[in-house]
Amino acid sequence: MPERTGVEVRLENLKRTYGPVVALNDLSLTIAPGELVALLGPSGCGKTTALRLLAGLEEADGGRVVVDGKDVTGLPTNRRNVGMVFQAYSLFPHMVAWENVAFGLQMRKVGTEERKKRALETLELVGLEKYANRFASQLSGGQQQRVALARALAIRPQVLLLDEPLSALDAKVRARLRDEIRRIQLEVGITTLFVTHDQEEALAIADRVGVMQGGHLEQLGPPVMVYSRPATPFVADFVGLTNRIKGTVRGGAIDIRGASIPLVDPTATAGPAVALIRPEAVTLTSDGEMEAGPLVGTVIAVAFLGATSRVTVDLGDTTVLAQVATSAASQHPAGSKVRLTLRPDPVLIQREEAAPATS
Amino acid sequence: MAAVRGGFQRSKRLKLQVFRTVVLLAAGLFFLVPIAAMFEFSTRGVGDKPRTLEAWQLIGTYPDLVAAITASLELAAITTIVMLVLLAPTMVWVRLKMPRLSPIMEFICLLPLTIPAIVLVVGLAPIYNWMGNNFSDSILTLSFAYVVLVLPYAYRSLEAGLAAIDVKTLTEAARSFGAGWLTVMWRIIVPNIRSAILNSAFLSVALVLGEYTIANNLLYNNLQVEIAFLGRANAGVSIAVAVASLVFAFVILVVLSFFNRGRGRLQLADLQQVMRTERG
Repeated sequence: MPERTGVEVRLENLKRTYGPVVALNDLSLTIAPGELVALLGPSGCGKTTALRLLAGLEEADGGRVVVDGKDVTGLPTNRRNVGMVFQAYSLFPHMVAWENVAFGLQMRKVGTEERKKRALETLELVGLEKYANRFASQLSGGQQQRVALARALAIRPQVLLLDEPLSALDAKVRARLRDEIRRIQLEVGITTLFVTHDQEEALAIADRVGVMQGGHLEQLGPPVMVYSRPATPFVADFVGLTNRIKGTVRGGAIDIRGASIPLVDPTATAGPAVALIRPEAVTLTSDGEMEAGPLVGTVIAVAFLGATSRVTVDLGDTTVLAQVATSAASQHPAGSKVRLTLRPDPVLIQREEAAPATS
Repeated sequence: MAAVRGGFQRSKRLKLQVFRTVVLLAAGLFFLVPIAAMFEFSTRGVGDKPRTLEAWQLIGTYPDLVAAITASLELAAITTIVMLVLLAPTMVWVRLKMPRLSPIMEFICLLPLTIPAIVLVVGLAPIYNWMGNNFSDSILTLSFAYVVLVLPYAYRSLEAGLAAIDVKTLTEAARSFGAGWLTVMWRIIVPNIRSAILNSAFLSVALVLGEYTIANNLLYNNLQVEIAFLGRANAGVSIAVAVASLVFAFVILVVLSFFNRGRGRLQLADLQQVMRTERG
């Protein structure tokens, strides 16, 4: 497969409504050439609508779609040079794998021999050349999506669009194919928009992750930043697990049961607030007879996650999650007393009257 | 234990086999006995004369009958083609673009099922009268009425076919790879609902070949009208034609079922040869 250079994609102030429902509300997003951007968000946040507008499968009520400097907003999907992998299995059932892959080439009037050659080359890229003569019904779900990926790549599109392509697969296949998609995307160097509701997927393979809610981007940034420096309480809530612990804001920090944690926004006004703290920012200690204290509680559950474990601690009026090394968690069985220490990383706060204790 | 289980399963399989055979025989007899009886009647000699195929040989000597058979076959072909060209793309379009209209479309398509043919004739008569005076009084114009008549059966069959595939995703996939609407219809949808199309075609052909009421009341001579007419003049020939039309419908069914078989696979070896040539 020859090397390609990706193109820049710009979504400018895109608007889309379905009756009273606003699916996209002034969405703007620029994807750099060769970049993989993942749009992440709950159902109905507008991520798939954004992808479909880019594909030309939906018409925008306002805004522009610009690919490689050209305004393609009014172009029908069959005249845009995009390759798309769908959430549902979308291989043409009456064609074998290589015919599926060659379909887009045939539409582009590529000669028979060249078509066959490129179809097999692309199947090689996804490691399925041995399955070239199989129908979709003779392939597993993972294999079908790999053929679909090959089909999307075979036409050498300007943009690759992935609409939750892994959601129908089981966990193991999903993880493997996720890595494979990233490998191929890097190898081919194609500009890619990946839509998913699975945060692990988005964080694992994207150059940048865009978290969407209510038709707009809440935050767009590298996965590490989105996870460790969420821009809004929604992002903090949606990406990863978050403890919500009540405290009092004063002087650029929040006082939580005697522990002072700096704020992301040090200008926040004083008063009661809820701090959003990651489970991995909570550490546990126990030293013999522990006296009752504001940050001393009882372990009520330990969930084994492999290298780490998630410990749920009851502080009396709230519960707190701590994610610690499994070896450390084994020292705190359910029922034991522990003292919590909160890492002094800057935290986001939320002004909420009655926030749930933990999410 | 395993031997007991194996014996039980063998016995179960045997019972199932016997049940299937009995059902097949019963159904076969239900259909074949009347046809055999008709065949027997059509070959019966007059008085003490021995069995004869005279009635069958006479079929070709009735010019009106031959014309009626030809007209019915033409009507069947035209009706089927018009029905498919109208209905299949419309159903796909409604499914893709206007799914809210699906119940209305279903209602309209199933409506002829609830209206007796004689009532249809009352409504159609003035139209055919006008068509006869201003356009054409050819028997082939009956195909307009027949398209309406076959709608419920064709709709049900096509609907089942379309429900079995993900029309929206397949269409969007094809469109995103550069296919126009005609290509989507012809290259993607039609091959995947081939069974449904063939079934609806067969139902249409069978219905048109067996239609009597509308043709008779609108004063057209199709196969069934001619058979009924012959029945009064020569019962043997009439029954022979009836048997022939049934056998013809059966042959069509068999032929269509062969069309429905899977196609041959394209050979991977050919592809790999292409690759080797390119690399070599």
